[in-house]
Parts: sequence; structure tokens; C-alpha cells
Amino acid sequence: MNRFVRHLVLAGIPVLTPVVPAPSATLNVYAAASLTEAFQELGLSLQQSHPGLTVRFNFAGSQQLALQIEHGAPADVFASADQRWMSSVVEKGQVDGEPAVFARNRLVAIVPRTNPARIGRLEDLARRGTKIVLAAEAVPVGKYSREALGKLAGAEGYPEDYHHRVLANVVSQEENVKSVVAKVQLGEADAGIVYRSDVTPSVARYVKVLEIPDPYNSIATYPIAVLKSAGNAQAARDFIALVTSPQGQAVLQRHGLLPAAGAATPAAAEGTHP
Amino acid sequence: MLRIVAIALGAALVLLLGLPLLSLVLRVSPGELLDRVRQPLILEALRLSLVTSLAATVTVVALGLPVAYALNMADFRGKHALEVLIDLPMVLPPTVAGVALLTAFGRTGLAGQALALFGVSLPFTTLGVIVAQAFVAAPFFVGAARAGFAEVDRKYLDAAASLRAAPGTAFLRVLVPLAAPSLLAGAAMSWARALGEFGATITFAGNMPGVTQTMPLAVYLALQSDVEAAIVLSVLLLAVSLTVLVCIRLAPSRLPGRARRAPR
Repeated sequence: MNRFVRHLVLAGIPVLTPVVPAPSATLNVYAAASLTEAFQELGLSLQQSHPGLTVRFNFAGSQQLALQIEHGAPADVFASADQRWMSSVVEKGQVDGEPAVFARNRLVAIVPRTNPARIGRLEDLARRGTKIVLAAEAVPVGKYSREALGKLAGAEGYPEDYHHRVLANVVSQEENVKSVVAKVQLGEADAGIVYRSDVTPSVARYVKVLEIPDPYNSIATYPIAVLKSAGNAQAARDFIALVTSPQGQAVLQRHGLLPAAGAATPAAAEGTHP
Repeated sequence: MLRIVAIALGAALVLLLGLPLLSLVLRVSPGELLDRVRQPLILEALRLSLVTSLAATVTVVALGLPVAYALNMADFRGKHALEVLIDLPMVLPPTVAGVALLTAFGRTGLAGQALALFGVSLPFTTLGVIVAQAFVAAPFFVGAARAGFAEVDRKYLDAAASLRAAPGTAFLRVLVPLAAPSLLAGAAMSWARALGEFGATITFAGNMPGVTQTMPLAVYLALQSDVEAAIVLSVLLLAVSLTVLVCIRLAPSRLPGRARRAPR
């Protein structure tokens, strides 16, 4: 055997014969970008209750995650920010069992704290020349935002063509909600529409929140499911059990999400995001 | 034995590079391609891509020529620093370039605030796309131009000087024509890089059909809603890129610059 090959084999031995007999498991969770903070916390608590388990997250726009899963990405759990992209994965026959709705989320408008366009009310979004950033139509929050703008059109104090005027002010259609947050937080955009849960304490330092009243808000619905391709189905089910448990729901609400069913106003969340 | 291994490795690389391109082309029938190309969304992205990438190339050539000349002809303090600065965009991840551009030319950025005084705003504008493309494409032209200038025999410049040609005249009438093949190749590479720009554009200029949504952005976003459109767009971009490369390969031998170059 040539010396180089011998070295390679020697180097390979520790890899081929693991010291720890029990292989450490990994759980791959593909989740909507708006779940980033809440799910990271839930992932940590799952790791604590499952020694040896590593929870890995892929946070992105739900439409992008659905595409990746449909093309064979090694996902164990999919949590979407709307039913549309969950249905798309279900239709492809990739979901094991029934998706469960585990959370909801309110839309809010955000403006930079410096408020360069002096936006004080939602009506101001229709003012000509305001630079508004929304998520693209394919992104769940982009679709919800357009729905909410449509509901506001013609409401008391809003012109009939309110949504057209606001959409005419859109300067960029972002690929996920976090990019919308970033453009507003950096002060590049005058306003954006995001989820309540995206206004995390660190974001809240840079933005002001304009509430969208309940009758006009388009409340996001989050389904979660185990995927048939799951290499770690048990851990996947455990994660979903945690997310839907009272403890998991409390974590979600602390991060600004709403419980799966019930009142639309997050009494608990309001306090955490001043 | 070694030869077989080498052939196998080489074939693997050819497969790695060739197979995705071949599969891309095979997924689309020519009829579908023509149908799709007429869609306004695709036409708009194609038009925007061509306009911005050509503008970026012109910018890069205009700004890059004097820099390449200076780097080639003169020694000065900070030359090495300048060389590193100019090569940097080539190795910098484009999204980092986008963030850097935002911090410089964004509304709250260092230069952005100054530009705002003149009513100029780059983020979310077509001008912003051109700036992003020029940023990432510049090294390709400057590098090629330097190589081209270095190849030109100094004696032609000496001859021009002895005939009392002003330096500017010598540059435009002697140096540039003699280095033309390299300059054109550099411009073409810059153009191709600008055409393919994605990360810096979406980070700095955002994504808006008709304003900042160039072909690569359209491909990426179409993939999330309309896979067929994404494939058609990809084939189109592939065709354009291939054309650029083939032109670079064919062009130099036919240019006058080569023919006039005297034997050493």
C-alpha cells in the first residue's frame, strides 16, 4: 500500500468507528421566516429534553421552503405561514398525517423610528412618493398584506382606491418577511407590512408600529406537519407536540404570535413588544 | 493507471459543468421558449437586464481605463492597496457587497445623505442596479485592461512621444488600439458579470418588476411560484452568456490591434 493511501486510511479510522455508540440524531425543521425567534427557543428546549438530538432550522419564505421540500430537501418538519404552501406540499403527497394549525399572526405596519416620510396613520401609506416595501405576492405575508390593504380600501376614512395607491408606492417586493423588516429597520424604506412577531425587541428599537385594526387585518394561519421523508419521525412528532403544548404556545405568544384559536388580540404579546 | 484516473476526473468535471446546462435546455421546447419570451414579465426583465448591464459596462470601462493605465505605467504610494481594493469585489460575496453599498449609498449611508441633497436616491432604483453591477463587474475589466496594457511594447509609446504626441494622444491613438483585444475581452467579461449579478442587486436595489428586477432576480423569484417560467428565463440567460463567451473567443484574432502588432 502506498504511504499516502495508508495515511488516508489511518485518518479515516476515527470517523469509521465512532467512539460514542449511539449516533447523535438531527432534526431538520423547515419553518417560515416569521417563526425564527420563537422556534429557535423551542428547538433549544427540545434539545434539552432529548439529549443527543440536534435541531437544525431552515428559516425562509414558506414558498421557498415548499419548493425545496418538493425537490427532495431532507426536511423532517414543515411549518408554513399559510395554508397555500402547506397544501402544495400535501398535494405532492409528501406530508405524513394531517397538518395541524398551531399559531396565528397579526399584520402590522412598521416605519423607521426616524420616520422620514412622517407616517402617523395607515392612511399616510397612500400618500404619493412614500417608499413602501412589501413581501412578494408568492410569500404568505405578501398575500396577507395585499388582502388587508384591499379590506382597508373604502373603509371609513380610507379612499376607495386606497390599496391601488399603496401598491403604486411599493418600491420593492421582498422574498421573505425578514427582508421587509431589514429594509425598514435600515431606514431605506418609509414603511413596510410585517407580522407582529417580527417586531422583536431588537427590531423594536429601530421601528415604530402602526396597528391594523382587527376588521381589516388579515390574520396569518400557521400549519405544521411531519413529512414522509422524515429521517427522524419520532423527534419530528415530539417537536410538533412541544409546539402545540401549553408550554410551546406560551413561547409562541411571548414572541408575538397568537394562539391557534381564540381572540385575535394578543393580550400577552402586547406587553413584550413596547 | 494515472492516465485513466486523470481521464475519469476530467470527465467528471465535464459532466458536472455540462449536465445541468444540457438538462436545462432539454426541459424547454423552442416553441414554448418563444411563447414565454413574449410574456411582459420576461420581456421587462430582459430589457432591464440588457439596459443596466450595458450601462454598468460603459461605466466600468470609463472609470476603469485611467485606473488600469495608472496601475500599469506608474509607481506610487498605496499602489498595492489600490490593487487589493480593485480585486476585492471579485472575491467578496455579492450579498456583502449589497450590504456595503447600502451602508454607503443607502438613505442613511455616508454618501447617501450627500446624494440626497441633490435629490438622488439609489436604493430601489434602476440607477442602484447599475451601481451594484458596476461594483461587482469592475475588477474584471481593470484586470484585463492591465494585462492588455502590459502586453503593448513600450517602444510604440516611446515612438509616439518622440513624435511629440501628447500623453493623452498617445494613450488614445496608440495604447488603446494596440490593447483593444484585451480591453474588449475585459469589457465583455464585465458585461457578463453584470448581467448575472444577483446578490448585490437584491440586497441593495430590492426587487421590483420593471425597475430593479433583472433577469437573475426574475429567475429566482419565478422559481418560487412558476417553475416553468424560471426554466425559460434560465435558458435565455444561458443563451446570452454563451453568446458573450463565444464572441470573446472569436473576436480577438479579427481585431485590427492584433494585426498591427509588430513582431518582437
